[in-house]
Amino acid sequence: MTRSVRRTRTLQLAGAGAAALMALSACSSSSDSEKDSGATASSASPKLSGTVNVFAAASLQESFTTLGKKFESEHPGTKVTFNFGGSDTLAANITGGAPADVFAAASPKTMAIVTDKKDAVGTPATFVRNQLEIATVPGNPHKVDSLKDLTGSGLKVVLCDKTVPCGAAAQKALDASKLKLTPVSYEQDVKGALTKVELKEADAAVVYKTDVHAAGDKVEGVEFPESADAINDYPIALLKNAPNAEAAKAFIALVRSAEGQKVLSQAGFLKP
Amino acid sequence: MTNPHHPTDADPSPTDGTPNPAEGRRMPPRRTDGPDTPPAAADGAPTPLGPPAPDHETDTGGAGGNPNPAEGRPTAPHRPAGLDAHLVVDRGAFSLDIELTAAPGDVLALLGPNGAGKTTALRALAGLVPLTAGHLRLDGTPLERTPPESRPVGVVFQDYLLFPHLSALDNVAFGPRCHGASKSEARAQATEWLTRMGLADHTGAKPRRLSGGQAQRVALARALATSPRLLLLDEPLAALDARTRLEIRAQLRRHLNEFEAVAVLVTHDPLDAMVLADRLVVVEHGRIVQHGTPTDIARRPRTDYIAQLVGLNLYRGHAEGHTVRLDSGPSITTTEALSGPAFVAFPPSAVNLFRERPAGAGARNLWRCEVGGLETHGDQIRADLTGELPLAADLTTVAAAELDLRPGAPVWATVKATQTHAYPA
Amino acid sequence: MTSLDKPAAAGPRTDRPRRRRVGTGARRGVPLPLLVPGLLGLAFLLVPLLALLVRAPWRGLPEQLTSPEVWQALQLSLITATAATAVSLVLGVPLAWLLARTEFPGRGLLRALVTLPLVLPPVVGGVALLLALGRNGIVGKWLDAWFGITLPFTTTGVIIAEAFVAMPFLVISVEGTLRAADPRYEEAATTLGASRFTAFRRVTLPLIAPGIAAGAVLAWARALGEFGATITFAGNFPGRTQTMPLAVYLALQNDPDAAIALSLVLLAVSIAVLAGLRDRWMTAS
Repeated sequence: MTRSVRRTRTLQLAGAGAAALMALSACSSSSDSEKDSGATASSASPKLSGTVNVFAAASLQESFTTLGKKFESEHPGTKVTFNFGGSDTLAANITGGAPADVFAAASPKTMAIVTDKKDAVGTPATFVRNQLEIATVPGNPHKVDSLKDLTGSGLKVVLCDKTVPCGAAAQKALDASKLKLTPVSYEQDVKGALTKVELKEADAAVVYKTDVHAAGDKVEGVEFPESADAINDYPIALLKNAPNAEAAKAFIALVRSAEGQKVLSQAGFLKP
Repeated sequence: MTNPHHPTDADPSPTDGTPNPAEGRRMPPRRTDGPDTPPAAADGAPTPLGPPAPDHETDTGGAGGNPNPAEGRPTAPHRPAGLDAHLVVDRGAFSLDIELTAAPGDVLALLGPNGAGKTTALRALAGLVPLTAGHLRLDGTPLERTPPESRPVGVVFQDYLLFPHLSALDNVAFGPRCHGASKSEARAQATEWLTRMGLADHTGAKPRRLSGGQAQRVALARALATSPRLLLLDEPLAALDARTRLEIRAQLRRHLNEFEAVAVLVTHDPLDAMVLADRLVVVEHGRIVQHGTPTDIARRPRTDYIAQLVGLNLYRGHAEGHTVRLDSGPSITTTEALSGPAFVAFPPSAVNLFRERPAGAGARNLWRCEVGGLETHGDQIRADLTGELPLAADLTTVAAAELDLRPGAPVWATVKATQTHAYPA
Repeated sequence: MTSLDKPAAAGPRTDRPRRRRVGTGARRGVPLPLLVPGLLGLAFLLVPLLALLVRAPWRGLPEQLTSPEVWQALQLSLITATAATAVSLVLGVPLAWLLARTEFPGRGLLRALVTLPLVLPPVVGGVALLLALGRNGIVGKWLDAWFGITLPFTTTGVIIAEAFVAMPFLVISVEGTLRAADPRYEEAATTLGASRFTAFRRVTLPLIAPGIAAGAVLAWARALGEFGATITFAGNFPGRTQTMPLAVYLALQNDPDAAIALSLVLLAVSIAVLAGLRDRWMTAS
């Protein structure tokens, strides 16, 4: 019994690994517009049409896909296409002239790349925030309760590398609490860190709340107060060369609406 | 190649009546009742030919016949010395089933066309191909289940397979090394063998720097250096050019004479077989079709393949007195008086061709034929005749021109009874 | 690596006596349908490397290169790539022999399986290694329980990850050479009294040495550049599991200049080693 469960999980993980690789090569995901299913828009604002191109951080994939479908059903005749990827890559694409309407980044720093080039319209708005959390193996056998518990010897902890946002954030939290933590590995991204815990190779990792959320019951999340010192803001902006500015504005509005925030908080994001 | 048995027509006109020097690799038949002509070797070079052991001419190669008494060999008293093998190898489409016996000192040649199973037989003897059934005993010791590395067998492979990364010396020393000799011992032995082969100056040479003949001798030295009780040679001269071949053939003959255990060589060249071997075993389609001394085989072929090899027209029929009636109809008058199933053989050079039916004709052996094809062989023309009696006839170029021979031309062919040889089938 | 071929390509034009060695075709005889795509291919391979050189932060380079982290990563890369090549040789050559010289049912399938790590995305390979040899892996579990050995996050883990990805190159190369080599040399050796293993050791091995060397170089180069499987299986910790490619990748996240500098170091070292080996064989053969 246990064995078969394990096997399924390992297969999923292998799949996840492959998927992670695919994500590196920036696959765009689009969903066909659904037929009006009754839940139509209340406001009879200007008639929107055409395609909205949204460049968004990979961590937003689930919630934005949901929102995209919602948008399409509220505005028949529109279509939302996404380009999910690393924020820095997306920023480079945008400054390089990629045809995008909306950019949702995982950090102000990456957004700054775009605003510095004056490619955004107005000031980017923070629409969600993401907080660090400790991910432990299910059941938390090592009774990790705080950031300090991670520094205990004999515990295999993985962190993100300092060069990537989650690693920088974790370092910030550690510094703030004057803790010194030697991990077994500095992973290249948050997925890498999470995978190690999912496979039980590491006992714990410091990742984002949303990642713990997305991992379901494969990891267990442990909140820690120091994470308040390292909260990541996610800014969203309309882009200057947006081919479909009107629809793009409407999409940003949806993201920032109560409805949008509900979807995002379900994924583990914090309200701004 | 021509087939001596082709039907034809004929036309009278005298053909060259002299015995035909065999063309190419054909073995010239030794004709007891004709003038003995010096046999021509391959490529026209003269070779000391003929049966190497003339005093065994009557020995039709009865299995186990030992012409050379084994001299002072350490063999257990009750064990029959030499080779006693029944090789059965079944490979679905192809099956080999032959029995071979030889006494120490014997040189046995397996002769046969390509694909006859000669090499398979050799590999079976070496242990490189497992026997499906049968047995293999060498000096009384059963070897069927012995792996090749434990058999007292030396092999000279067709293309020698000298290890390219080792010098001639180390190639020869390889065997003694594997048999437990120290490095210096092995090298000393190897030096001795190479010296015996006349290669003292080439011990340090890598195989690719050796000539074909030198490589052949290194290969022989390598095989002999393990003191095998059975020496196997696979087409030992096939890789050599004609000139070297002549020289190496003579040398090999000498080395084989000196070799005191059993040697088995495989060849498709009758000349090699007859020069090198005491006894021939002719294999076709995995079976022995004839065995005996070279002379016997050359004089009394029993299959078309052998007849063609030795350059004879061969017919099978039923003998009554001096007449052999062939299964296909015509009969041949012979000097020998026989009764019962018999073979008749005569060389292509014994055939005389005429454009018109020869008048008078003491020749009772007269057949109407037609020219099927013509080929030049040196200064001779070989005519393949079809018709009453398919046969091959040799004539001079001049004679062919006078007869105006061309494919389709009708000719009369005659053969003197004195030039035929009949023997029981 | 490719740049090594440049002098050879220029050879026939300038150096008459060497023409025989380089190739028999006179230059004017090279057909255009071969020449044009050939040169395009060369450009395709070389231009990205050239771009790396052009964009290299030459001014800051000395500073970048003298940092101890770089040397640490380079040293680790060289050690692990060499060790992975050694592992590949010890296990891969016999495997190649089995595949080339023995008959058993399912051999074709097995050959395909051996090459699987070539097509597997390295990250997936790393995950697979974790599932097999990780602390909770189907084999690793027992290694941990019986011997207290855990492989992930160790230098040994790096070597294993690199060997996993690199060994197929060696096996394919050696197997190809073995298939091309005449198996009858082994037979000849056995008729001289050599056991099959002695025949392999004293005859086959020397005969296929060039193929083994070529395979080893391929494997070494692949191991040196290995990233995905290494970071997935062994993680990234400076001095222990952070090889050059990992250092390059992570530097790329926020300091592309440093990444380019590190890449140049890796490139220079590989070229030096490969060129050195190549010359040695050429004189040896």
